[in-house]
Amino acid sequence: MSKKNTGDDIWKNNVEKIVKLFTLTYGSVVSQLCRDFQNNYYEVNQQLDKMGYNIGLRLIEEFLAKTGIKRCQSFKETADIITKLGFKIFLNIQPTIENWSNDGKSCSLIIPEPNPLTEFVELPITSDSKIGKELWYSQILCGVLRGALQMVQLDCDVNFIKDVLRGDDRTEMRLKLNKILKDEVPAGED
Amino acid sequence: MSNSYYFTIIGTKDNPLYELEFSSFKNIPTTLPSNYIPGKSQFSQSTKELLPFIANSSLDIIEDLQFSTNLLNLGKIDQFYGLNINGYITQGSIKFIICYDSTKDESNSIKQFFQEINELYSKVLLNPFYNVNDAIISPDFDLKVKQLARKYL
Repeated sequence: MSKKNTGDDIWKNNVEKIVKLFTLTYGSVVSQLCRDFQNNYYEVNQQLDKMGYNIGLRLIEEFLAKTGIKRCQSFKETADIITKLGFKIFLNIQPTIENWSNDGKSCSLIIPEPNPLTEFVELPITSDSKIGKELWYSQILCGVLRGALQMVQLDCDVNFIKDVLRGDDRTEMRLKLNKILKDEVPAGED
Repeated sequence: MSNSYYFTIIGTKDNPLYELEFSSFKNIPTTLPSNYIPGKSQFSQSTKELLPFIANSSLDIIEDLQFSTNLLNLGKIDQFYGLNINGYITQGSIKFIICYDSTKDESNSIKQFFQEINELYSKVLLNPFYNVNDAIISPDFDLKVKQLARKYL
């Protein structure tokens, strides 16, 4: 068998290994950020969120192109699409939705284990107690959702409230709709 | 007498990364000492103090052996007053050393133990917050090493 064929076969049969590469890359990014900001984890969270936001702004285009879905009728439907399609397409996981607030504007997404971002990761809690209280390791996901939702006129706050890495029982993300942005004509065009 | 083991991981700069003392779960002594706890090592106080020195003194042998063989498991490499010493060197030149006071040669079970420890160690290396030659203080790693010790030794 030629080298090229072998390479192709290995590529096809080893999507999991690619996931590993992705996991390790994300891990290096986070730990490098921690070093760059001298363990100022609030700043690290913000940076991850910003990176995610920029990804989300673009990713929504691909998402809409691939799925071809139409505008959602309610925020509940949006949340449903995010978990069943969004997370499924890009990360191959399907979070569950829980704890809807009474006004139907905020809910929790429970990220199932294993979280593809946190495989192999263990926070050095014993040597640095601050990290377990301040760092949200998967914060980039919040940024992605915020960015993507903003591009479909939904202004949302997204943040983590629980993380298995910190020793919590599950990884929980809170999604809160602030307001629906109006379609506006860009300045200077009538 | 129950078999006791002293297991240590030594980094590339001959710095200790991890150590653990335990005794065999399989060969439980017939005459139990009054304060017997399963898995607690039965080394005498004077031996205990010497163990890190014994382990470290075998590093030279490991360094010589690593060029004469391409196996990772080096088998029994030395002995010291009735203590056998087995060694293993990973591709990243991290050394695993076990000192044990058994009369029989347990190289086979130790070999399996070392192989699994190597897998465990490479998982630790994949953690983005761990750097080569850092001491391994993760409680999760400690627990898994103990489970392996229980399984194989």
